[in-house]
Amino acid sequence: MKAIIAFEDGRTFEGESFTGPGEVAGEMVFNTGMTGYQEILTDPSYKGQMVTMTYPLIGNYGINTEDDESLRIHVSAFVVREYEDFYSNWRACRSLADYLRSQGILGIHKVDTRAITRHIRLAGAMKAVISTQDLSADSLIKKAKESPGLVGRDLVREVTVERPYGWGKGPEPLNIASLPAKTERPRVAVLDCGLKFNQLRLLTQKGCECVVFPCFASADEMLSCNPDGIFLSNGPGDPAALTGIVKNVRSLIGKLPIFGICLGNQILGQAVGGRTYKLKFGHRGANQPVKDLQTGRIEITSQNHGFAVDADSLPADAEVTHINLNDGTVEGFRLKSEPVFCVQYHPENAPGPHDSEYLFDRFIGLMADTRR
Amino acid sequence: MPRRNDIKKILIIGSGPIVIGQACEFDYSGTQACKALREDGYEVVLVNSNPATIMTDPDMAERTYVEPITPEVVAKILEKERPDAILPTLGGQTGLNTAVKLADQGVLERLGVEMLGANREVIHKAEDRELFRSAMERIGLRVPKSVIVRSLDQALASVQEVGFPVVVRPSFTLGGTGGGIAYNREELEAICSRGLELSMIHEVMLEESVIGWKEFELEVMRDKKDNVVIICGIENIDPMGVHTGDSITVAPIQTLSDREYQMLRDASIAIMREIGVETGGSNVQFAVNPRNGDMVVIEMNPRVSRSSALASKATGFPIAKIAAKLAVGYTLDEIPNDITRETMASFEPTIDYCVVKIPRWTFEKFQEAQDLLTTSMKSVGETMAIGRTFREALQKGLRSLEIGRFGLGFDGRNPWEKAGVTPDMDAVLKRLREPNSQRIFYIPLAMEMGMGIDEIYGITGIDPWFLHQIAMILQEGKNLARETYDTLTAEGGRHLRHYKTEGFSDVQIAHTTGIHLPEIQRERDHMAIRPVYKLVDTCAAEFEAYTPYYYSTYELEDEARPSDKKKVMILGGGPNRIGQGIEFDYCCVHASFALREEGVESIMVNSNPETVSTDYDTSDKLYFEPLTFEDVMHIVNTERPTGVIVQFGGQTPLNLAVPLARAGVPILGTSPENIDKAEDRKSFQQMLKKLELVQPENGTARSLEEALMVAKEIGYPVVVRPSYVLGGRAMRIVYDEDGIRSFMEEAVQVSEGHPVLIDKFLQDAIEIDVDAISDGELTVIGGIMEHIEEAGIHSGDSACVLPAKSLGQRLLREIREATCAMARELNVIGLMNVQYAVKDGRLYVLEVNPRASRTVPFVSKVTGVPLAKLATKVMLGRRLSELGFTSEKTLNYVAVKEAVFPFKRFPGVDIVLGPEMKSTGEVMGIDRTFGMAYAKSQLAAGVNLPLSGRVFLSIRPGDKAAILPVAKSLEEMGFELVATDGTAGYLNAHGVKSGEVMKISQGRPNIVDLIKNNEIAMVINTPSGKKTHSDSYYLRRTALEYELPYFTTVAGALAAVEAIDALKKEELRVAALQDYYA
Repeated sequence: MKAIIAFEDGRTFEGESFTGPGEVAGEMVFNTGMTGYQEILTDPSYKGQMVTMTYPLIGNYGINTEDDESLRIHVSAFVVREYEDFYSNWRACRSLADYLRSQGILGIHKVDTRAITRHIRLAGAMKAVISTQDLSADSLIKKAKESPGLVGRDLVREVTVERPYGWGKGPEPLNIASLPAKTERPRVAVLDCGLKFNQLRLLTQKGCECVVFPCFASADEMLSCNPDGIFLSNGPGDPAALTGIVKNVRSLIGKLPIFGICLGNQILGQAVGGRTYKLKFGHRGANQPVKDLQTGRIEITSQNHGFAVDADSLPADAEVTHINLNDGTVEGFRLKSEPVFCVQYHPENAPGPHDSEYLFDRFIGLMADTRR
Repeated sequence: MPRRNDIKKILIIGSGPIVIGQACEFDYSGTQACKALREDGYEVVLVNSNPATIMTDPDMAERTYVEPITPEVVAKILEKERPDAILPTLGGQTGLNTAVKLADQGVLERLGVEMLGANREVIHKAEDRELFRSAMERIGLRVPKSVIVRSLDQALASVQEVGFPVVVRPSFTLGGTGGGIAYNREELEAICSRGLELSMIHEVMLEESVIGWKEFELEVMRDKKDNVVIICGIENIDPMGVHTGDSITVAPIQTLSDREYQMLRDASIAIMREIGVETGGSNVQFAVNPRNGDMVVIEMNPRVSRSSALASKATGFPIAKIAAKLAVGYTLDEIPNDITRETMASFEPTIDYCVVKIPRWTFEKFQEAQDLLTTSMKSVGETMAIGRTFREALQKGLRSLEIGRFGLGFDGRNPWEKAGVTPDMDAVLKRLREPNSQRIFYIPLAMEMGMGIDEIYGITGIDPWFLHQIAMILQEGKNLARETYDTLTAEGGRHLRHYKTEGFSDVQIAHTTGIHLPEIQRERDHMAIRPVYKLVDTCAAEFEAYTPYYYSTYELEDEARPSDKKKVMILGGGPNRIGQGIEFDYCCVHASFALREEGVESIMVNSNPETVSTDYDTSDKLYFEPLTFEDVMHIVNTERPTGVIVQFGGQTPLNLAVPLARAGVPILGTSPENIDKAEDRKSFQQMLKKLELVQPENGTARSLEEALMVAKEIGYPVVVRPSYVLGGRAMRIVYDEDGIRSFMEEAVQVSEGHPVLIDKFLQDAIEIDVDAISDGELTVIGGIMEHIEEAGIHSGDSACVLPAKSLGQRLLREIREATCAMARELNVIGLMNVQYAVKDGRLYVLEVNPRASRTVPFVSKVTGVPLAKLATKVMLGRRLSELGFTSEKTLNYVAVKEAVFPFKRFPGVDIVLGPEMKSTGEVMGIDRTFGMAYAKSQLAAGVNLPLSGRVFLSIRPGDKAAILPVAKSLEEMGFELVATDGTAGYLNAHGVKSGEVMKISQGRPNIVDLIKNNEIAMVINTPSGKKTHSDSYYLRRTALEYELPYFTTVAGALAAVEAIDALKKEELRVAALQDYYA
């Protein structure tokens, strides 16, 4: 089924839908990971975005029951060079098209995805519309221009949960009132701004107990579960729109160790008085080199962000700890006076390299120090 | 941390001759290392016995030793040069083994030489099976169950610990030589004894079979700060059981999810750290159970490898160059990524295309060898193809192979189509079950016969994903068969474009639809259905790329940026095979260098990932494409080069010369008509007549009847061969009518549409090889080489000496005059090679080739005259006088080129030489005397000439008189002689004392028993002309397997005697090329 991709700047591409009819708008971004499409699709940070994969063959290993990073697909459309309907892997249980279709997500292929990527690199990430129904370029370009886009939008509210939950083998219902005051395990109050399950999996695997709160939970609510530390997750959209969460987090600084990832990094940046800004086309992939300025070591990291913290806007108490070796942007900072640190990338990987899991241990170490 | 300042001089060890398992990828890595170290101000000393390498060009290193790569010789170089460090990880297994031996012997310590990259302990830990296994256990990784054995008895006793089928892997050998899979005790005995013999430490491992598991490789790099990155993951299409060098492989990995890929990544990094490779690149191989994901580690190479060359070309990340930088102290974040310029080497390349590597086998050269792939590598080269889909890349790869195929079927050239009978199901099943060079072509046939993907998967172990892709190609091909001219070209050629996107070549489309090829080309032109070019940029377009490294695909956006500069396109040689190897790549690289010197933009086209020519910084632009007319024309149409060079890449581009010229493409240098004139018997004859030169009596034939008639006229023995082939493919010396009959059957297949050439065979003639260069006015001789072996043995297989040693002034003058006259007559612009024979003082012209020859690098290296560069400049219109090359160089030293053979890889193959080329590579020995130069060439080729002991002789009647001086000299030098009855009788009757030994058929103990008991030091056996007798065949094979020096010609034996004499009289000394030239 023929499909047209129209960018707000007037550039159009022709392709085919491999999931049936549909029309959708969003910001078009590209991801350079060669594996991990299931994790990418279910990463809530992609809310409001359409993802083009730079690797041309997608679908090869199917979809399995273990690699979801949230309860649903969040990308609004998925664009690949060639969709592979025939999959082969011992864990696979369904095809990618079947999976997308089951959640009404548009999948497009037979597109020059490298041309799209180059367009985004040169012109910047921008709004676009994909349609199999309206094949008029002019009409689609107009729709793209008129679509809401990301800037200034609070998408976190759309991906967070309604009530707190816990984590066992997956998300589990939880009654905070009935939690024991303290256990052997460090208890982490997690602010779910659109988190990826692997964050909870890793914290749990490393011996933590996770109590997950909706993004609108107040500081007091979070503290009411007697946590040993606060974890701020990743999430979608423009961090500048999250004034409520920022204020909330500001009030938590100084009370407990805090560890933020991705959007959590941007929230903390604003909470300490810094600014965020939109990158031209962001970092999305599994090969981004980050240097830990304290150790000099390089980590190959998994990334998915379109905004960054402005280093110059950070107060003196904040020390940049990690930078991106490709473009020098801030990839992490810490507070000198408080056990607060955060990174812009995804140490929980999924998909991507496991080089940065040590950060979870660092967080657990800080919690242990505070407990003592 | 910046570079180390405590070291100044570094020795790089190369990998020696091209052999199976070690090809020009190590010239690529070594050359990169030389460049990388020198640009940082280090002084580089290089040793490599292979004169056809770019790395041994005298301006690649401060000091270049073309000497045998043995610990003893390298120790002499170390003594002389006293480098601070040695970089052992770039010269393949040869370089690594040599360095380890020097360390083990204490030489490095005594001379204060540091091992960079990986030290002795690290290498042992990675290479020694037991050490490796316990290292893996320490980090919680599993290796297949195994036992190490050092004798056959031990093997038979402990095999039940592992169970059948069992993989037999000898320790410390090249490319898994001598390994194999044993399904029963009998096979175990056979494979194990060979393995023990071949292992440098007389040790083999019996290993749990993981046959049928998925095989993966990861290329890893580490710097001294312990930063580790993965450059590329590779998936083998052929599962475990086929050597990775013989597998069709794909990058990136296709059938693993991220979680599974990360498991391999984590394991690779852990292995790198545990083994302790301090800096540089390594390769880790894994097997994964396709049913449940269980993973085992197969092996780790603590050095750059064939796979790392492939990974470099597949990703654009120059592993060897970065490895060299890391070895001298840089860290990954300090080294810029050449391609993006703005980013650093500390990242993991991501690719937005699919890469397929396909091995190139030459089973047709070894008729007795079984076309069977095992854990012992047999391919001699490989080709790589890049596409945006797997199917496109696979079809491109298959048409790059230079086996006359234009994709996966649909070209009318399947083996069974040629034979005219479709094989039955049993025959197809056999071709699927036993991995072989043609298996890929039988898969679609099996599908067409009704076999499903699951069934084929069950038989082959090839992942269903790949099988499905093949099924898709088959389906598209069947659809294509239903297309007509009208349906293909309707709607602006929508259908035609579709098949091009699916990777179908014009030849396939023409063959399958029955539409004439030119018509398809015309329609495509007309409707602008042409490929676009995309960049290999390490980063999937995330950053701007500055290196123009392109591949074609049928898509929307074209990234080619043709310049307005004067530019010349060089067509490379494609995959290495016997007869066309590194020598031609060397010439192409020199052409590129010359273009740069002349300020002309250079555009390289090639499909061989092992080479220096496909390094992205060798030429101004690189097109990684198949060398077919269609693919080359696309590039020509995009780039519009001022000229195209076809005379350097061997037969592959030469075959394109005429079609390209017809299509209006400007061919530089000697015109295609004149190239043709030299190939065409008739016009060649006319030319010789005009110049009053003689050639052996000859004729051409297009049918059996004609051939029989011509041979009768000329008189037997005759040399017969198909025209238009390189490397003496199917060339044969024929003694009677039966020989003609059996030859004609085969020749028709080898060279379709071309006649068969028949020449009088000049028995016992001396063969001469001349390389010359001409600018159209002046012709200058590059070198006159004399073959050691007599005429009748392929020039590529014969040892040769420069300068010629036994020709008088008159003959030399005649040769020079004839060469110049023919160059003038053929209007040669560029290189020319002439083969002459001298018999009874008379000069015969055998062959003239107005193009680069296999001996160009050798002559250039010996004389110091860069012939290929000069030829390129001449083709651009320069005069030899301007370039300062006006007279032949006189030499006050001697160089010998010796061929290296792959016989050991092919059980059952006779080692006798003939007119069909069988060698894979060459070495050079250079010294002040012939004896010593020849001795060095033998040592470099792995032949250890004895200085004492017992020599066995078995000489055919015609050679007995000629062998007498050999026997006499040996006796005088203190050797004991033994011989078969006939030979012994002759020797004793002529005053040379010789014992008598039984032939195999005469009883026991016979000569084979003596060899097995180490009672023989050298074998001289000249086989009688016609068929090889089983007796002498078995003798030669045993000598080969026991690594005895053996000589099958009188001339070879004479040279050996001279060499032994030299070795007995003086010490072997080493000298750099720079000293010889001075």
